[in-house]
Amino acid sequence: MTVFIIRRLMQSGVVVVLMSFIVFSGVFLVGDPVDILISDEADEEDRERAIAGLGLDKPFHIQYLLFLRNAAQGNLGDSFIFEEPALLLILERMPATFELALFALLLAVVVGIPLGMLAGLRPNSVTSKSIMTGSILGFSLPTFWVGIMMMMLFAVILGWLPSTGRGPTTTVLGLEVSFTSWEGIRHLLMPAINLSLFKLALVIRLTRAGTREVIHQDYIKFARAKGISSSRIILVHLLKNILIPVVTVLGLEFGGLVAFSVVTETVFAWPGMGKLLIDSIGMLDRPVIVAYLMMIVFLFVVINLVVDILYSILDPRVRLQEMKA
Amino acid sequence: MRKITHVGVAVLTAFVVSTSAMAETVTIGLRSEPSSMDPYFHNLGPNNAMLAQIFGKLIDWGPAMDRLIPRLATSWKAINDTTWEFKLRQDVKFHDGSDFTADDFIFSFNRADGYTGGNSSFRTYTKGKTVNKIDDYTIHIVTPGPYPLMPNEMTSILVMSSEAKGSGGNENFGLKAKDFNKGLATIGTGPYKFVEWKKGDRLILEKYDGYKGPLGRPWDKMVFRFIKSEPARTAALLAGDVDMIDNVPLTDIATLKSNPNVSLSQGVSNRVIYIHLDQFRDQSPFVTDKNGNLMDKNPLKDARVRKALSMMIDRDQMVEKVMEGVALKAGQLLPEGFFARSPNLKPDPYDPEGAKKLLAEAGWGDGFGLTIHGPNDRYINDAKICEAVAQMLTRNGIPTKVETMPKNVYFKRASSGGPDKSPEFSFFLVGWGSGTGEPSSPLKSLLTTHDKSKGHGASNRGRHSNPTMDALLVKALSTVDDAARAKLLAKATEIGIGEDQGIIPLHYQVNTWATRKGLKYNARADESTRGIDLIKSN
Repeated sequence: MTVFIIRRLMQSGVVVVLMSFIVFSGVFLVGDPVDILISDEADEEDRERAIAGLGLDKPFHIQYLLFLRNAAQGNLGDSFIFEEPALLLILERMPATFELALFALLLAVVVGIPLGMLAGLRPNSVTSKSIMTGSILGFSLPTFWVGIMMMMLFAVILGWLPSTGRGPTTTVLGLEVSFTSWEGIRHLLMPAINLSLFKLALVIRLTRAGTREVIHQDYIKFARAKGISSSRIILVHLLKNILIPVVTVLGLEFGGLVAFSVVTETVFAWPGMGKLLIDSIGMLDRPVIVAYLMMIVFLFVVINLVVDILYSILDPRVRLQEMKA
Repeated sequence: MRKITHVGVAVLTAFVVSTSAMAETVTIGLRSEPSSMDPYFHNLGPNNAMLAQIFGKLIDWGPAMDRLIPRLATSWKAINDTTWEFKLRQDVKFHDGSDFTADDFIFSFNRADGYTGGNSSFRTYTKGKTVNKIDDYTIHIVTPGPYPLMPNEMTSILVMSSEAKGSGGNENFGLKAKDFNKGLATIGTGPYKFVEWKKGDRLILEKYDGYKGPLGRPWDKMVFRFIKSEPARTAALLAGDVDMIDNVPLTDIATLKSNPNVSLSQGVSNRVIYIHLDQFRDQSPFVTDKNGNLMDKNPLKDARVRKALSMMIDRDQMVEKVMEGVALKAGQLLPEGFFARSPNLKPDPYDPEGAKKLLAEAGWGDGFGLTIHGPNDRYINDAKICEAVAQMLTRNGIPTKVETMPKNVYFKRASSGGPDKSPEFSFFLVGWGSGTGEPSSPLKSLLTTHDKSKGHGASNRGRHSNPTMDALLVKALSTVDDAARAKLLAKATEIGIGEDQGIIPLHYQVNTWATRKGLKYNARADESTRGIDLIKSN
């Protein structure tokens, strides 16, 4: 186990350094921040001051080395736009995004697993066929469009939910959260559903496939023969075994939820990290873009690690193999 | 009878009490969020609009930018060739209760002038000026030579309290941008006080009871929400979550117009949309012969060719079809009503025959090929405008390709994407909003000969050059007499655009705001969205 974790950690370190180079050079190639930041009326002298002020007068390799040196000390640079540490700006926005992503994940699991099992247990019924058709829609409709349609229906036509933004926040364990009040939940509902649709479809399909496979296994037949109640078979023997692939995929997908909540956040004006990223790309706020991408890389690396560990807990065979190795 | 009156009075009092007790809050959905609450951090439209409600200025523009109105100054005049005198109001207090005096202005001016860090400084307006305090309510601003634009430029300097306390440090008088963002140092004399800014979400201002000045205070509290996505902004208005939105997309205007719960307010802006033409390279990278091969000769260097291209553009169609009627045809740098326009310049009428004749005269009767470049997320319908121009030129014997890109890529290439940091494109779309409310700013930046040492032609991306026009502009910039200066500027415009066609103006942008029924937005020519301009209509 320890060897396994150490090996994975070293691989992760290499990935992070490689990504920093790719991200930094990629961002460096696009546009010139000064052209976006500076007012039209500034003359060349002002322009040169601004370029020097942002450190953009230095050649690429010097900029990159400076970045690496600062990054090693935990400083990913100051935002060009707000002149505050990029990492701090992202961390400020992080609770909003995590709240949204967790809520979406919760929805996907709570709704998706029962529906998937239902579809798997009775594959030929009308209900399960409509569930599967529905899940195709979840996969194929673009988030952006669904978001706008939901907004039109629930906010404009029916007037049930607020169209955009985040509700009032309270501080829980030092984090600003909005799900503690009814108003906050009302604001959270639409963006969370919007973000969860794709994952929901995924969970349904995974669960269904797992159920179909496991239900014909010998140990299920044996349990049945032993006369165990079918609710116990489904909730214990079956559920536990289909959860392994679901947990793996969801773990990875959680990173995706956080990283790609960009679209949902932009549509619903949700003040999370994704909206910050889009705004930063529009304004060429390089330090924030780089810091964000680095953080996402880091997040994925950590999630992968956690999933591997969880996996070994759920499935003892993995643990045994690692011990032998 | 008596009893009835009593009841009436009681009801009336109850009504008055209840309305005054109910704080009136207005919520506004903005497309763009400010980048800072520090008044000198970033010279950016959304910042300037938001901050003008919190901080005072000596002088401000009227809504149409056609006249100056006094705010913290009561009067101003040039007392000799190099000195402007400003008399200040004596009854103004800052949000923290301290008095406003000349010292506060001088503090603000110096902080703006010497600002370290930040983006695009306000030194554009403070450079070369010395401020002298005569007494607590009189200041003199001295320049090396005559400086007619002094009042215009003072509309850009916000005044903060010299007693504001920040987190310390050596730079910027110990006041950091974040001290303003948190509200610590955000102390002005404007009609509204800063309450809170949650980045990416909302910014809240509250009425300042002690305000003295010409601006209205129509609301007790103003909440600005930042909704970048266009359909979401419209939906927020329709759902009643916000009372007004800015930058209404053209595609939504027709739907909103027919909605009985919504009213639209429109205003022409100081922004002209125009085309730069490469006038400095013999071999221009995006001008080709009709087979797409580069040529050794650049037709765009000939004023007759430039004129002909302008005549091939059907501006009526452009406004009607591409801009859905929401724009004004342009023939010069500023729309009607602004100072120092030329009465002789009209938008070039669509005249394909005349254009062909001119081309033949210039020796290009067979035409040539072009590529038009433009941004696709900067100006209203910018990419569609490029496509329409290309179609019109193609129809008239100039086969034109279109290439548009996001502004964060576009502007670098347009300004310095070529060899030796020269502009990369040959024929490309840009817009210009004149902050000084008269044509000297676009003339100086877009049409005078590119000269770094003089600060001329900083955005002259086509490198147009005409010494006669340069001389007229330089003369105008030191002519204090308004009428004489207006004549010089009009003459310079007539040469730069009328004779030389240094750029091809297409149209003036018209901006649209949508409010819920019962409200009205007094649109401003500087395109800014401020809560103080949103009023009730009946």
